[in-house]
This record gives sequence, C-alpha cells and structure tokens, in this order.
Amino acid sequence: MASITLDNLTKTYGNTEVLHHIEGSINDGEFVVIVGPSGCGKSTLLRMVAGLETVTSGEISIGDKMVNDLEPADRDIAMVFQNYALYPHMTVEQNMGYGLKIRKLPKAEVRQRVEEAADILEIREYLPRKPRQLSGGQRQRVAMGRAIVRDPQVFLFDEPLSNLDAKLRVQMRLEIRKLQRRLGVTAIYVTHDQVEAMTLGDRLMVLNGGYVEQFGTPIELYERPASLFVAGFIGSPAMNFLPASAAAGIVTLENGVALEMDNTADGKTTLGIRPEHLVLSQDGPLRLVVELLEQLGANTLIHGVLEGTDTQVIASMNGVQSIEAGTVLSFDTPTRDLHLFDGDGKRI
Amino acid sequence: MIEKRPLLTVLTHIFLILGVLMVALPIWITFVGSTHEAERMLQKPIPMWPGDQFLNNFNSTFFGAGSHGDSAPVWRMMLNSLVVALMIAGGKIAISIISAFAIVYFKFPFRMGFFWMIFITLMLPVEVRILPTFEVVANLGMIDSYWGLTIPLIASATATFMFRQVFLTIPDEMLESARIDGAGPMRFFWDILLPLSRTNIAAMFVILFIYGWNQYLWPLLITTDSDMTTIVMSIKQMLESAEQTPEWNIIMMTALLAMIPPIFVVVAMQKLFVQGLTETDK
Repeated sequence: MASITLDNLTKTYGNTEVLHHIEGSINDGEFVVIVGPSGCGKSTLLRMVAGLETVTSGEISIGDKMVNDLEPADRDIAMVFQNYALYPHMTVEQNMGYGLKIRKLPKAEVRQRVEEAADILEIREYLPRKPRQLSGGQRQRVAMGRAIVRDPQVFLFDEPLSNLDAKLRVQMRLEIRKLQRRLGVTAIYVTHDQVEAMTLGDRLMVLNGGYVEQFGTPIELYERPASLFVAGFIGSPAMNFLPASAAAGIVTLENGVALEMDNTADGKTTLGIRPEHLVLSQDGPLRLVVELLEQLGANTLIHGVLEGTDTQVIASMNGVQSIEAGTVLSFDTPTRDLHLFDGDGKRI
Repeated sequence: MIEKRPLLTVLTHIFLILGVLMVALPIWITFVGSTHEAERMLQKPIPMWPGDQFLNNFNSTFFGAGSHGDSAPVWRMMLNSLVVALMIAGGKIAISIISAFAIVYFKFPFRMGFFWMIFITLMLPVEVRILPTFEVVANLGMIDSYWGLTIPLIASATATFMFRQVFLTIPDEMLESARIDGAGPMRFFWDILLPLSRTNIAAMFVILFIYGWNQYLWPLLITTDSDMTTIVMSIKQMLESAEQTPEWNIIMMTALLAMIPPIFVVVAMQKLFVQGLTETDK
C-alpha cells in the first residue's frame, strides 16, 4: 500500500505543453478519480504514473520512492486498460499469471494466486478459456484479475467500463469500488463520465485543458465548485448559468432582477444555480417562461427561458408535473445554493 | 449472393468447368507423358491416356542417373530444392520479422529512413543486381553451396513490409500491458508477437517456399556441380541435352515430381494460409 505524490508535473509533446504543473497527493488506500472531457490530458497523466509516458518535468512518487525513471514493471502498479488488452493467444489463467511467470515465481504459487483472484472475481470456471470466448463483462473481470494477482501497491484504471453496456457498467462500477475497499489498494481511475466519477471516487481531480480545475471530494465539488467549468461538469442536468453584474452585495440579472448576496464581487459575473435548487415559490424573483417539459418519472425537467431574456434555464421538480408551454413560473433559491463566478470563471 | 436463376447457374458451371479443364489439361498431359516409354512420346499423336511404364519411369528418374545419364538423380535434385526452399523461406521470415520488429517497436534515429531503404530494395530484384551479386558470392567462395544458393535471395522487403503491417494492427495496449507485466523487448517478441503473427508467418512461409522452390535463374548461375542442381533448373537442362532427342517420359516424370512439394505445402497449410491473408483483427 502506498501514497502517491505528483509534484509540479508537466508533459510536453514537441512544443505543445499538454499538462501544466499538476500538483496533488493521494493518500494510502484512497480512490481518486481523474475526470474531464476528452483531450484534457487525464489519460496522459495516468500513463505517466504507470510509466508508459515519460515525465517532462516534475516528480512522481509512489510510497517514498521517486519513480520517474523506473520501468512500469518496477513501479509496483497494475493497470486495467479500456480495451482490456488481454493476450488473445493465452488462456485466462495464462493471462492472469503472465506477470508472475515473468517474475519467476514458482508454478504452484502462480497457480494459487491466480485461483484466489479468480475466486474473488467469480471467474474460476473461465480459467481454461481464451479471451475471445468471453463476453465483454467477463473480459473486464479477467483484466481486473490480472491486476489483482500481482498484488500491487497501486491500481490504475483507464476508462475500464466504457466498452460495456449501461447496465453492466453500473454493476461493475459497484464491484470495482467494493473490490478496492476490500483490498485497500490505492487506486487512480480515469473517466470522462461524471456520474461514474461521483459514485466511485473518494476524491475527484477535475482536469481541463491540462490544468487541475479542482481536487476534492464529490460533495465539495458539487457544493462549492471552484470554477465555471467544474460547476458545469459536475451534476446532471448541468448547472444553469445566468449572466449578471454585481456591485455592493447585490447581483443584478439581465432582466433587471436583483438578488442579495453576501459577497464583495464587482462587475461582470455569472450566477450559477443548479436545476434542483430552483424552488417553486409564489413571489420568487426568478421568473421562467416554460418552453418544454421532460418527464423522467421520478422528476420533471422544465426547460424555459428567464423572463425578458434568451437565457436558457432548466428547473427540476419532483414527481410528474403538467404545465402548459408559455406558462410563467416563479422560482426562488436559497442564498447558500447560489454560486457566483467572476469574469475569468473563478468562484467568488 | 443467393439467386435462383437456372440459366445463370448452368452458365457459371460451364465457365467453371472450362476453367478447371484449361488448368488441368497440361497437368494431365504431364502425367500421361510420365507413364509411356521414351519412343512412344516421339510418335504422333501424343498419347492422351496413361501407359504402363509409370513405375519404370519413376525408378529411372528418381534413383537413376537422369536423362541420358548426365545429371544427378532426381531425389538429389529434390533434396537440393527442398533445402534451398526451406532456407530461403525460413531465412526470409526470420530476418524480415526481426527487422519489422525493430522498425515498429523501437525508436532510433532515421527509423523511417531505414524502412524506406528496405522498401526501395523491392526495385532491385535478383535479376537486376545479378552480376555484382554473382561476383560477391564467387569471391566468398560460395559457388556450388547451399549458402550461395540461398543467402542472396534471403533479404526480403516484401516480407518485412508485410510483418510491419501485421505488427501495426496489434494494439499498443498489448505492448504496454506486457511492459507492466515486466516483459522485456525480446520476451514480448517471443511470448506475444510471434504467437499473434502465427497465421501470417504460415501464409508467408507458403508464399516464400514456393518462391524458393521455383527459383531458376540464380541456381542456374551459381551451380556448376550437377550434385547441387535444383529440380526446376534441371528440367530445362534435360530439354537442352545437345544433339540428343529429349527423353520426354523422364522430363514429364521430373516435372510431375517437382510439383509435389509445393502442392503438399499449400494443402497442409491452407487453413492457416487463408487465415493469415484475410484475418485483420487481433
């Protein structure tokens, strides 16, 4: 078991810097999810920890050891790839035991460890099969089994669930979480799916354009997003953004509605309100012209525009609602659920 | 395509049968020719049905002193051809799979430069560089040896190119996964790459074996000792026996024997061969 420290990590390809001064430390046994849109550098960061990409500058430490120049095999890590990367010509048993065989462990011990891992994952009956005879979910398990048998200090997951169908994904997500708890291994998990990130991670590192936007627990990210990007990325449906201007504790929206807020912001700002925080209220200040309803059963999404503007707003209400298009609804939001961002998208 | 049109079915069958006949007729004549006495083969019309001399012809060709007694027995030629074809096929595969491995998986200066240099040699087949190659081989004292017969033919751009393409279809994750498992480059080559290229190696082997077996010009130049002649070139020499009538029965029997090993290789490796040429997914 080990902690991981990323110290001022930078990665450049040619003249393009793709990761900028990444800082962060991951505690022993912690499950950290790196999340961000495609092209944000999250896989690159994971592959740098794995040793599959070189480090341009900065340091990666696993435990107390600086691992920048170590081969992947010497870093005491195991990785699960998006397409599983099982060796097609080997049986499941050989696949799982290959790393141990290379490390010249006695045959009996390899067999024992493979069987133990297979029992944990309930894939013992598949041991003599070839990967092509398995379904996607079973291959996924084998790939995890291959990681488990090596008994590493760190698990690295590179979007391991993106090739599975939605139902299986939810199921495997839970299993990965349980497994990681049970084994107590430090884990880094890369995904672009914010739901996956929220449910799996002890902490989330939100990456955008090669910068860390925010690094915190899922609830911190949800309740106090550090930037417009994080606010828009975490939560579904996404947060509503209303252009506004602030002065002396008053935030004025485009249509002239003024809201009191306890801050000292000044000038052009963006007000963020989550759809689920818009509460229907007789004389609420936020008036919405309804355009369309999305009935999801458990709740209803109301799509509309802020009265007097073209700004799209979504409100989420419990249960089934029936509201005519064109109706004007009034909403209120508790002050603590209002998020204010400055012109650069930083939280105020 | 599933269509029920009787006329079309009849027509396609007629064309297919005609095609089969066109290919099979020369082989039939060769077989018939190998079953008659030498004298019968010189009379008109040439026989179209087998005679009764097959075993006699076989014995005198396979074990005898050959046509007019001036060449090695055919078993010796077949052995030479077999050794040459195997050395060429094996050598070409070994060398080109290693060069493809280097070009695909290692980063070194002028990597693409080397690749294109190998590729350009496609434009320099043996026939083009035959004089300098002969001189080199002669100076190395490799005339009348298996080495002289094979080494100049072993370097192969085609096979290198093909293995490169095969390796490019193997996902990068396979290499990365092996690296995490602790496999070094050679370990990766033996444990992962070779088994994954098994069918392609087989396909290459079939093509290259036949290429080696059918070599004519180079063995003709490089062998002077009749014990080192290969079967394909010696068929031609039998025809040219000066001032003597060609012994067609012996020639036909030799031709027939020359066909057997390539057919055997193709039939034995057919399944792998087709897989190797068509399979794209790894």
